[in-house]
Formats: sequence, structure tokens, C-alpha cells
Amino acid sequence: MNLFLTISFSSIASSLHNWLTKTIGNLTMVQVTEMVLVGLSLLVFLVPLCFVLGYMERKVAAFMQIRLGPNRVGPKGTLQIVADTVKLLFKEGLTPNASDKFLFNLAPIIVVVTSMLVMAPIAFAKDFQLWDLNIGVLYVSSISSIGVIGILMAGWSSYNKYSLLGAMRSGAQIVSYELSVGLAIISIVILTGSLRMSDIVMSQANGWWIFKGHIPVFISFVIFLIASTAEINRAPFDLAEAEQELTAGFHTEYSGMKFAMFLLAEYINLFVVSAIGATLFLGGWMPFHISNWAGFNNVMDYLPSSIWFLGKTFFIIFIIMQFRWSFPRLRVDQLLTLEWKYLLPISMVNVILVTVMAIMGWHF
Amino acid sequence: MKEYFVTIYKGVRSLLKGMKLTGYYFTHPREIKTEEYPDNRATLKMFDRFKGEVVMPHDEKNEHRCTGCQACEIACPNGTIKIITKQEIQPDGKKKKAIDTFVYHLELCTMCNLCVVACPSDAIVMAQTFEHSVYDKKQLKKVLNKPGSKIMEGVE
Repeated sequence: MNLFLTISFSSIASSLHNWLTKTIGNLTMVQVTEMVLVGLSLLVFLVPLCFVLGYMERKVAAFMQIRLGPNRVGPKGTLQIVADTVKLLFKEGLTPNASDKFLFNLAPIIVVVTSMLVMAPIAFAKDFQLWDLNIGVLYVSSISSIGVIGILMAGWSSYNKYSLLGAMRSGAQIVSYELSVGLAIISIVILTGSLRMSDIVMSQANGWWIFKGHIPVFISFVIFLIASTAEINRAPFDLAEAEQELTAGFHTEYSGMKFAMFLLAEYINLFVVSAIGATLFLGGWMPFHISNWAGFNNVMDYLPSSIWFLGKTFFIIFIIMQFRWSFPRLRVDQLLTLEWKYLLPISMVNVILVTVMAIMGWHF
Repeated sequence: MKEYFVTIYKGVRSLLKGMKLTGYYFTHPREIKTEEYPDNRATLKMFDRFKGEVVMPHDEKNEHRCTGCQACEIACPNGTIKIITKQEIQPDGKKKKAIDTFVYHLELCTMCNLCVVACPSDAIVMAQTFEHSVYDKKQLKKVLNKPGSKIMEGVE
């Protein structure tokens, strides 16, 4: 038992590194092998994650609409998503004749790759991070905005007015809401004084920012939730793929595995956004502590850090799903009004408040 | 300026109200309305006003309330009901009109309930059965009065 507790992810990683160096010898080859291993483990993690999220989404939707949801394939419908995937695998990946074929086939790859790249600086557990770079938060916000290029590409190359309209809407939406997400993230960066993800997590060892930062941080958490829901094109901000108006928006012409890649990207984005929200505001993998309650804190420490991280992430995912099934879709003008008239001014004032708070040391 | 904050307050309040309702439904699976139909056939009970098909209730003495007035046949918009009457000789020697066969074509019926409304003696009602699928259209032609039945005492 004692041995089990002392093994950490970093010790596993370093022993693997030592073993690889001994067996391969060439340092460049060791690095390449490690990169391939990391990429593979990421893929192995992501596909079951998307299955879980797909099932969760359908079940949450069903319960909120007083339905039962999938309940025929497998126990309680858990294998439904596998059946859907098999169906998508067997479908023909059609490319329309009039489309720009190169861009059309490139677009889903770009969308998936960008959403996977954002996974790099996320701290999944204690000492378990793919790449702890010193500008982690900046990296996340800059890479996540590249995804819109893939969406625009898909809409443009489909040679379909619905696709083009959806892509244009998505572009306008992501460009606008990026600002609010950025300002919400900046308020945490101000308090922490670092862009590195591990520093941000460590700064919450004595309390999560949402508790330590009083009302301003809570406001920026709410703004982060709203704006990031808009940024990943989920309802009520799913104008890019509004079914009733644009059939399926930018992925109208996609079928088979190319469509599945867009779906995969959507769920990865959902996870990434929630993971970043959990890291910045809810303390990442830090367990829940109440100061002076030593016994309670010890019990909380016994839960593994990965469980804490995943629990917080899935909590935010659930909230974003609840948004989807509670609110009606916004009109385009309402969407832009919400951002430019409400979220942006509020978050600007909020950043000033947080700055004053950080300078005066009013937070705990 | 005041209006700006009032809109924010109202907006947030109504959004939270919506989330409260969906949260309530999520945490109360008992509210689920879905009927898992083929599995719950044994316990499934249709509600009273459901209109499945026209039936003619008979009591334990094999008596019905139909006088053969043909009001339902006239009321039916698409000729679903066909009543064949006969003349019955009463014990006191008078002749009286009575039904011979009450033919009901389920395949033509739209469950509009007009025949039940038109009936002056409440002889026909709507039943709650709904599993009417058959392989042959002829099986949908039904005779509603049971063989050997006669009209109830006192129904004119």
C-alpha cells in the first residue's frame, strides 16, 4: 500500500525515459519515440472520452426533457454510441463534385488537430502534464482560435450556401467571444502572476480562486462559462450549425468519418474548455480543502488528484450541457449584442476590479 | 444606465429560472413521461378519453341498447357504419324495428367520435384498445352486436 502511494506519474515517466535511453541509446530517437507514445496515449484517452461524452450528452438531454434517452443497445444504452460509430465507419465519405476537394478533405483534419493541440498544457493530475510550457494559458487561447480556420475552410469549400453561412456566423461568433474568454482568463493570470498552468494550479493549494477571489472572480467565471460555450459553438450559441435554419451549417456536406471528425472535435473542445475552466477557477487537480478542518482535509487528500480534476471538469461539462437543454438559440444580432454590449464591458470593469484586488492583496 | 443593469438582472433571473426547471427534471427521474410500450403491455392503461375503436357494450344477459335508429350511420362522415335492420314481432302482435347486424368498418374509421355523440340511447362507446394491426383488410370489418343478442328492456 505504501509503495502504491509513493508511485507518481512523474516517477513512471522518468523510469520509462531511463529505460528508453538505455535500450535505444540515440537521444533524438528517444525523444521521437516519447512523442509518438504521448500522442498515442492522448488518442487512446480521447476516443473513449468522446464515447463517454456522447452518451452523457444524450442521457442528460433526455432526462432534462423528461425522456429516457438511449436504452436499447447494451445495458442502459451504453453501447449506443459504439453502434453509431460503426454506422459512421461504414458510410460513404462523399465529396461533392463542385467542392474544392483539397480544402474539403483538409478541413476536418485541421479542426481535430487544433482541438487536440490544446490538450498539451492541461494538467490532468499531479505531475501529469503533456507539456508544461511557461506560456500555457496564452498557448491555449491562441491555438483554440485556429480551429475557426478549419470551420471557415469547411464552409467555403463545400460550395453550399448553408455551409458558407454557417461558417461565416461561426467566424463572427468566435472572433467576438474570444475577447471575453481572454479577459476572463487574464483576471486569473493577474491574481496568479504566471501564465504557466502548473503555477496556476499550485497557487490554489490553499483555496480555489473562485473562493479566494470573492465576487470579481465569480463574475469572470460566469463570463468564462458563457463565452466559452459560445466559442465551442454549442447551443444556445450554435448558430454555426443551426439545424432549423441551415440544415447542419458548416458540416452539411460532410458524411461518414469526415463528419465523425467534426463530432470528435466538438466533444474534445467541450472537454478542453471545461478542463481549462476547472484549472483556472476550480483549482485543477487540487483537492477541496476547508482551512482549519485538518481531518476533513486529510480525507480529501486521499482521493487521487486525477479524480479531482476529472470531477471538476465533468461538473463544468454538465453545466454547459444544461445550458444547451435549457436555453433557446440566440439570433445573430442578439448574439453580438450580448458580447459587445454586455459581456465585454462587464469583463473589462471586472479586470480592473481584479487588478485592484491583486495589488491591494484583498484576496486570501 | 439604470435600465442596463435592470436588463442584466432580469436576464440572469429568467435564465436561472430555466436552469432550475431543467435541473429539477434532471434530478427527478420520476417525472419521465416515456412509455416503454412493448415492454409494459401488461400494465399499460390508456387514458379514458383515448379513442381506439367503436364498440357496443353488452350486459350479462347479452342485451345491448341499440334500437336500430341509424342515427350513427347518418352521422358518420365516411360510411364506416352500416346497419341492417329487421322487423321483429312483439308478444302483443305489433311489429318493431330492431337491428340484425351492426357492421363497423374499422379500416375506414377516423375515430372522430361523431357516431357516439349522435347515438340517442348511448348504445355505442369508444374503447381504449389500439392494437388493430392485421395482415388482411377483411379482418377489420367487424360486427358489433353479439350473436343472439337483443335489445334491453325499456330502451326505446
